[in-house]
Amino acid sequence: MSNADEQAAVVDIVTAGLKRRYAAERRFRLFGLLSVVLGFVFLFALFASIISTGYPAFQSTYVQLDIDFDPAILDISASPGSEELSAANYAGLVKHSLRELFPAVKKRRERRSLYQLVSIGAEYELRNRLLTAPSFIGRKEALWLPANDDLDTFMKGGIDRQLPQENRRLSDQQLTWIDALLEAGRIEKRFNTVFFTSGDSREPELAGIKGALLGSFYTLIVTLVLSFPIGIAAAIYLEEFASRSRWTDVIEININNLAAVPSIVFGLLGLAVFINVFDLPRSAPLVGGLVLTLMTLPTIIIASRAALKSVPPSIREAALGVGASRMQMVTHHVLPLALPGMLTGTIIGMARALGESAPLLMIGMVAFIVDVPQSITEPATALPVQIYLWSDSPERAFTEKTSAAIIVLLVFLVVMNSLAVYLRKRFEKRW
Amino acid sequence: MPSSIANAAPAATAANLNDQQTQDLHQKIAATVGRIEVDDAKMSMRDVDVFYDDKHAICAVNLDIAAHEVIAMIGPSGCGKSTFLRCMNRMNDTIENCRVSGSLKLDGVDIYDKKQDVVQLRARVGMVFQKPNPFPKSIYDNVAYGPRIHGLAANRAELEEIVVTSLERSGLFAEVKDRLDKPGTGLSGGQQQRLCIARAIAVNPEVILMDEPCSALDPIATARIEELIDELRKNYTIAIVTHSMQQAARVSQRTAYFHLGYLVEVGETAKIFTYPEHKLTEDYITGRFG
Ligand SMILES: Nc1ncnc2c1ncn2[C@@H]1O[C@H](COP(=O)(O)OP(=O)(O)OP(=O)(O)O)[C@@H](O)[C@H]1O
Ligand SMILES: [Mg+2]
Repeated sequence: MSNADEQAAVVDIVTAGLKRRYAAERRFRLFGLLSVVLGFVFLFALFASIISTGYPAFQSTYVQLDIDFDPAILDISASPGSEELSAANYAGLVKHSLRELFPAVKKRRERRSLYQLVSIGAEYELRNRLLTAPSFIGRKEALWLPANDDLDTFMKGGIDRQLPQENRRLSDQQLTWIDALLEAGRIEKRFNTVFFTSGDSREPELAGIKGALLGSFYTLIVTLVLSFPIGIAAAIYLEEFASRSRWTDVIEININNLAAVPSIVFGLLGLAVFINVFDLPRSAPLVGGLVLTLMTLPTIIIASRAALKSVPPSIREAALGVGASRMQMVTHHVLPLALPGMLTGTIIGMARALGESAPLLMIGMVAFIVDVPQSITEPATALPVQIYLWSDSPERAFTEKTSAAIIVLLVFLVVMNSLAVYLRKRFEKRW
Repeated sequence: MPSSIANAAPAATAANLNDQQTQDLHQKIAATVGRIEVDDAKMSMRDVDVFYDDKHAICAVNLDIAAHEVIAMIGPSGCGKSTFLRCMNRMNDTIENCRVSGSLKLDGVDIYDKKQDVVQLRARVGMVFQKPNPFPKSIYDNVAYGPRIHGLAANRAELEEIVVTSLERSGLFAEVKDRLDKPGTGLSGGQQQRLCIARAIAVNPEVILMDEPCSALDPIATARIEELIDELRKNYTIAIVTHSMQQAARVSQRTAYFHLGYLVEVGETAKIFTYPEHKLTEDYITGRFG
């Protein structure tokens, strides 16, 4: 057989196989496309369900009442001190104005169910109003006050009138009052500022996300401040300075193993070390941050080492060749090139830390905390823990709060990631 | 004094002794042929052995390099030219499994002495690598980097002066003078290599080591760099590794032929390429090897 024949035979063989090869490629592309589409469908379904259940929580129902700041009803003297003011009978104000609106309601039991339409948050609001402006005493004002969560749920369509009375949270009588109030234009849905300005509460209409949001924020700040420099320093040391020895091998294996340790174990460690040995405050973002630092460090170190490894060795040789010291080589040339990759790793770690609840449960950040934390040592909870707590509450109104908190968490995540992408772009531009 | 220092029997390593062929080679390269010493030695290497773990990469090499000469190092691939070159500014320190023994002197001072600072050494013995490796920074910063870290310029004007003269000497200034702030990585391969040469000479080293500086370049860029090397000889001592015998013949005054870690022959370039004394050298030069 001549060479030309052989070449022709090769062409035939190649052509025969081509169809199969292209078919395989098309199949692969189809599968890829399918999985992307499937992913998008699930993502869309998830978002749609969360947003549709969550968005009502950004509104809440208010009732307009004519409040008579009469010292007699308030049970105070004509010119009270602030102590007297804070102990005054604000519930009486609300009850009084409700009684005036519905003079026909006389029986004690009926009255009590009438009073239930307004949230006890109304009393706090009235008290705040008087404490900041005592001049209101003696005046009469039409004020919008928060409604009870049952009324709120009703306004958002969560209570069915057709159900028999025993099976719904509002009685027939309450419904007629509500209808009367609606007729008079005294019920309105407004933007729910409470949700963003207050901490947790047993009353759904008073429960807010601010405490958890700040708790998460402080926790993440502690985590970032500790884990970023430590992680990067460790990665640089291991990658650029440490000579390979049995010790560095042991360290490397351990770091890789630590990255795979379930996060709850870090929570237990934090409880045992930071709280029981070092006596740091329980439930505090400081401890949460420390625990999440332990959890995040391996991720950051591994990602940073990969980023350092990807810097071409010729850059190192060039720097050493003109007489740079090792430290100069790292800080002037290697680090700037590796930084974008390190930032990516850090962001992945931080995003994981933001969504983590198990280790925080272990160190007491699951407690029911009403106050909004002011510093990293005050008791706080975190967003995922708050979501967990609310999802566990029986009231219908907490369901929407849960979804709203998830929305806030996702927004937080998106903001954080965009910031990282922006930073990375800036660092990359410098070259 | 004999005209050549006889090599001491190379250290017997496990790898060497097991192998009949290597033993034969020992016999064949009993000693370096040609004159090893020079009168005004800038660098002076004696009994240099280099190991990568068990691999004996350089075997008892003796060599002097005279001031203001260009010495070419040739030899088949893997014979240890790069390894030997990298010993001279201790770049081998960065390779973890690399071990160097013997005496290497710069101006009579042992560069592997504990008191010798590597940073200072590398400021005195610069290096140009096989693949152009400019920093991913501006052209200006590439050249200014060395003077900056060593504090060679008192002010901006002086630094600029250094950058401009270095670029002029490397023959690049005319091409880049109006884009000094553009990244050095955006230049062509030949320009990048000249930029690397400018970067090396900006520190004003006494010796420049070049490891196949033209292997990635076309003939025209190569010719420019060869011219440049001849220019640089006035001010610097240059050791160049090359695979091109023509290049060695064109740019160097002396040539050293390496073979499997041994320095087989060294001498005047003209003589090596016309009347090689050693059989191995002759085979290599006439193209029967490598
Ligand atoms: N880092 C290393 N680890 C182990 N062995 C090495 C290492 N670097 C080089 N060697 C070995 O040492 C010997 C000499 O290598 P060297 O790079 O000095 O050769 P060379 O003469 O420069 O070759 P070339 O002309 O191909 O560049 C080779 O056999 C090589 O395999
Ligand atoms: Mg080489």
